[in-house]
Amino acid sequence: MHKEFLMGNEAIALGALAAGVSVVAGYPGTPSTEVLETVARNKTDDVYVEWSINEKAAMEVAAGAAYAGARSMVTCKQVGLNVASDPLMSLAYIGVKGGMVVVVADDPGPISSQTEQDTRTFSQFCKVPVFDPSSVGEAYAMVQDAFELSERLGTPVILRPTTRVDHGYEAIEVEDKDAWKRTAPEGFVKDSSHWVIFPRLSTANHAKIERRNASLADEFSRSVYNCVFPESSASERVGIATHGISFTYVMDSLDGQSHPRLLKVGTPFPFPERRALEFLQGLDEVLCVEELDPVIERALIAVCGKHGLSVRIRGKLTGDVAPSGENTVESVGLAIDRFLGRPDPRDGNQPTDVPQLPVRPPVLCAGCPHRASFYAVKRAMGRRKTIYCGDIGCYTLGNAQPLDMVDTCLCMGAGITIAQGIYHVEPDTACFAFVGDSTFFASGITGVVNAYYNQANLTVCVLDNSTTAMTGHQPHPGTGRTMMGQVLDAVSIEAVLRAIGLKTVETVNPLDLEQAVCTVRRVADEPGVKAIIFKSPCVVLARPQATSKVDASACVGCLRCVRELGCPALFVRDGKAVIDANQCTGCTLCEQVCPTGAISGGERI
Amino acid sequence: MRDDIILCGVGGQGTVLASKLLAAAAMERGLPVKTAETIGMAQRGGSVFSHVRLGEGSSSPLIGKGRADLIIAFEPAEAVRQLGYLRNGGTVVVSQGAIVPVSATIGGPAYDLDAIMGYLRARVSNLVVVDAAAAASELGSAKCLNVVLLGAASRSGALSLGEDDLEVAVRRLVPERFLELNLRALRFA
Repeated sequence: MHKEFLMGNEAIALGALAAGVSVVAGYPGTPSTEVLETVARNKTDDVYVEWSINEKAAMEVAAGAAYAGARSMVTCKQVGLNVASDPLMSLAYIGVKGGMVVVVADDPGPISSQTEQDTRTFSQFCKVPVFDPSSVGEAYAMVQDAFELSERLGTPVILRPTTRVDHGYEAIEVEDKDAWKRTAPEGFVKDSSHWVIFPRLSTANHAKIERRNASLADEFSRSVYNCVFPESSASERVGIATHGISFTYVMDSLDGQSHPRLLKVGTPFPFPERRALEFLQGLDEVLCVEELDPVIERALIAVCGKHGLSVRIRGKLTGDVAPSGENTVESVGLAIDRFLGRPDPRDGNQPTDVPQLPVRPPVLCAGCPHRASFYAVKRAMGRRKTIYCGDIGCYTLGNAQPLDMVDTCLCMGAGITIAQGIYHVEPDTACFAFVGDSTFFASGITGVVNAYYNQANLTVCVLDNSTTAMTGHQPHPGTGRTMMGQVLDAVSIEAVLRAIGLKTVETVNPLDLEQAVCTVRRVADEPGVKAIIFKSPCVVLARPQATSKVDASACVGCLRCVRELGCPALFVRDGKAVIDANQCTGCTLCEQVCPTGAISGGERI
Repeated sequence: MRDDIILCGVGGQGTVLASKLLAAAAMERGLPVKTAETIGMAQRGGSVFSHVRLGEGSSSPLIGKGRADLIIAFEPAEAVRQLGYLRNGGTVVVSQGAIVPVSATIGGPAYDLDAIMGYLRARVSNLVVVDAAAAASELGSAKCLNVVLLGAASRSGALSLGEDDLEVAVRRLVPERFLELNLRALRFA
């Protein structure tokens, strides 16, 4: 063992490697991405790792590997589990041979997601056991125990860290590489009565799952991850039940004080009922401090009902804890102070003279080719009646002023089919769907087939920057690279679109504004489903060449560049445009927009 | 000892490396460390922060409001945004180089640097202002602002780590070709 300063996600990866994982598949998504990247960086040669095209593919790859007796792991964010839910729901019935852990990172807030869904609730729904770590060290230990449990019971097991555990750092003790468990998988053993799902098998297995989960609840009641402290004493009348990162907020709020009885739940499903009974013994009232769903709260209410206990369970359902949003040290401290009848130290302490602060939402980078693509479509369509359906990725930021080019965004790949739905209601509207290259492979292709075959009329704009930019530049089938380090023929987006049957598929460099605008005008008027591939590399990966400069004597101060492009490298000083040379990448878009030719010197990547 | 430190700035300014340097320096001294980072969409020019907790006795990676001993701000408006975390008598080390967001140039809330610096001066008794532009021109690069600020923080007395502790961390984490620049940045006063 040795000590390392690790991010929670890195700890999960190293824990999985120490537990002998041999196949890891996932799809990038904040806050989960670094788990798989850390596996790829640290793995031994016999471990296979891939960024799958989406979470469903990842779940199935990992399931196949576990069928063959290998230990496997899936990594995704909470909304990724929605994509993978079809295989997971059935896999819960079929089971696995090798241990299989599904790492699902939840995002309270949400900070970088569409929803605030709680994977603890999902685990109840799919009947799969779940571990809920409260720290980096616990995440490292839990992932190893999850593999053991999965293999012993023959079921996939979920590990659901939240953002503050995923992206928190701590120095923890980890196994040396030479002590990592190595396993030789037995291989797939044919047995269609086991591996082929049919209603009769599902009926039998459902009954087995319910029995297993009941006995697992007893086992979990003895687990170190579900603890009651201090030991029950007759004098205690109130208690606090908590979990995950909120546990640490509770501890910091009770800092240095003798505190009420605590129940920390690390395995919320199957719920450790016996441990909960031990906790509830003699209490009058309990405050449940949870983030996202009131999972423990509902379980405690059920335990009280089942055993006829008269303990008042408070939390989200009673309005004592906020029903949504991320918990903070303050929100938890306040809830505890109120529960314990302490004065609120924060009263009357708010400064009132704070100056106005600029708002700073995330923006497309200086030189980002997506800005040029959106701008070209905007220019080309002018005042025509249009709808711009966006998708998930950096280019969702095209919604911001002054571009204002994203009218809808729902979930991965939805832009194309949402545009189709709008077209069927408003056939006179020019419908556009913007989709990134990685999202196109993840779930855009099926949408294009659907729209094409069902006779829609819309323009698919593939914003191809040849990477998965938002999550940190992961490879995908369009990049010609894999996580195993292979360099191979990329899957051509243009060839895929043509194979579907699209007659018009044009590729254009968005940084060549005039040509891009002409292309959009021409293609948008074609009938049916047609596509434009805006191809230009992500500026974060490319090395900037010469930057653009404003000739102040030629700048007439119309500020068209500033007002129309919203580039973070463009500023106004003394009524004229100026360019921050530290940010400019020389994309030349502003040079092409300037009506007086006052900007020059940029060199496109 | 226990230092609760908040680093804040704008995505892309190097707050994450600064928090790693603090953590590495503290670990070198045998101190327990916890940090929390902003990662993801906000890194695209949004407001970012890191919480760094050095020393015994903390459970959470996040610091509560009114409990930070030190705020190291890479940008003045971001210092004001995080000021609620500072404890009474705490220290703020701030770069006075403003980063004006796109929103302020196209009709969103304006950026009034004088009002923001005035507020910091009135509110924070232990305020250290770092002239980022002067540092960049003297050092020949704006890319080491994070290390300039860490150096200023260690000299302010509000940090239990000295320049020598930080130098060990810089030597360990900064790539060879930027090492000399960052060592000068650390001692830049």
